[in-house]
Amino acid sequence: MNGFVTGVANWFIGIGEATRGGITRLGFATRFLLAVIRASGSTFLRPRLLIKELYHAGVLSLIIVLMSGLFIGMVLALQGYETLVRFGATEAMGVLVALSLVRELGPVVAGLLFASRAGSAITAEIGLMKTTEQLAAMEVMAVDPVARVVAPRFWAGVISLPLLAALFSTLGIYGGYLVGVKLIGIDGGAFWGQMQAAVDWRYDVLNGVIKSIVFAVAVSLIAVFEGYDATPTAEGVSAATTRTVVTSALVILALDFVLTVFMFRGSI
Amino acid sequence: MFASSAPHGVSATQSEIAPMIALDEVSFGYTKDRKILSGVSLTVPKGKLVAVMGGSGCGKTTILRLICGQHTASAGTVKVSGQSIDSMSRDQLYAHRRRLGMLFQFGALFTDMTVFENIAFPMREHTDLPESIIRDLVLMKLNAVGLRGTAELKPSELSGGMARRVALARTIALDPELVLYDEPFAGLDPISLSVVGQLIRKLNDALGMTSILVTHDIMESLKIVDYIYFISEGKVVAHGDVATIKSSNDPFVKQFVNGEPDGPVRFHYPAKPLVEEFSGAAA
Repeated sequence: MNGFVTGVANWFIGIGEATRGGITRLGFATRFLLAVIRASGSTFLRPRLLIKELYHAGVLSLIIVLMSGLFIGMVLALQGYETLVRFGATEAMGVLVALSLVRELGPVVAGLLFASRAGSAITAEIGLMKTTEQLAAMEVMAVDPVARVVAPRFWAGVISLPLLAALFSTLGIYGGYLVGVKLIGIDGGAFWGQMQAAVDWRYDVLNGVIKSIVFAVAVSLIAVFEGYDATPTAEGVSAATTRTVVTSALVILALDFVLTVFMFRGSI
Repeated sequence: MFASSAPHGVSATQSEIAPMIALDEVSFGYTKDRKILSGVSLTVPKGKLVAVMGGSGCGKTTILRLICGQHTASAGTVKVSGQSIDSMSRDQLYAHRRRLGMLFQFGALFTDMTVFENIAFPMREHTDLPESIIRDLVLMKLNAVGLRGTAELKPSELSGGMARRVALARTIALDPELVLYDEPFAGLDPISLSVVGQLIRKLNDALGMTSILVTHDIMESLKIVDYIYFISEGKVVAHGDVATIKSSNDPFVKQFVNGEPDGPVRFHYPAKPLVEEFSGAAA
């Protein structure tokens, strides 16, 4: 009996410690975000640093984002046709593909892909710089590593992801057009015309852009924070990189639900 | 006298030189349970080259980190040019760091930059010098360490010893007043070791620097340094100038200088007796 009570007590203690640890870490991350914002002046005064990171985070993510967008658009069109044809509404395929991508899949899938490719790379790079004492060397040289290393990577992520999400949606719509119009034979005028009539600039497109900006801030913060906070060992960097991908995915999906509730509650 | 309680005789002229660095009863630990330093006192006069020696994990590198303000002492004071590091604001600390250079144990070169860019880094960050002057200065520093030909290479293309020499060139890029060397001889071949040792001495004298050298290499150190502190288990256990150390009968100094396995310094980390360990494993 005593063993059972101890086990239950330990279970509650474990939950309490995990909760406290989580809240403490969230506090650290918030303070870190403030420090990054405070140190961001030099990032914009020295655009070469930012451009270099934009290339690494944004340009090098283009292939995976564009290809994924194209294929997801093509699959959406195929799956959409299967359903729409039952109701004789195949002309609405353009609307289905565009709204799915612009409102949801564009920001969310681009965010997940960005976290996997660029976010993990940023975490690994900063973590390894910490492990090999490069960040400490900067500090000793009176150069703030948050301003020199972290802030340019953070802002590169914040700028890149919304642009990548827009390109993802664009390629997705083109993929839907290829399958729907060129492969299946839906009327091209109906595909584009219905899309133009149904997709609202503010309600659909702007909300999608806002989502991608929120995801960009979240993923970029997670990536730089995990790298900066990594235990300076090989396994510490490995664990931090994994945490970046897992935490980013969960945060993107959770934020997506919250944002969707607020943005599209009128249609519920 | 270098230390406040020096047991060995040191000439009066040395005691008259103003201390650049002064540690007074400094204690420090990364966790509350495990102290790295306890009550360390040492002084480094301006313009001198001082070695801090001791076994692995005895707290040598921690002393350097306290001096450059990366860590704060849990007790005692660390003073640089009379000013306490602990009481410095962030701006004062950064101003202090601009006057010092630190050579890290593994070089800590920036792996995304070339050798040239690594050495130009502190110049570009802290000066408004034109690129043509920076180019000349970088090549002069590289020439001093014998690696002018590696300017366009990446750190990954250098051997361990070459990377250490490039890191040394970066450390002295801005001609600092105070230079902290963390194991500068580790992994160097005998020629590089001798050249780097002489270079450290020459730089110290020619540029009027003050230097602290953390190292295991007793033979090379005895050739170049002015004074030596021995640290064991977080405390200063012996200190003196080169002649004093060479003639010392202190058991710790004798064991360290002669590399003897038996003496006050234990080779083995504390553990259960061997018999108990293996009989326990068999059971």
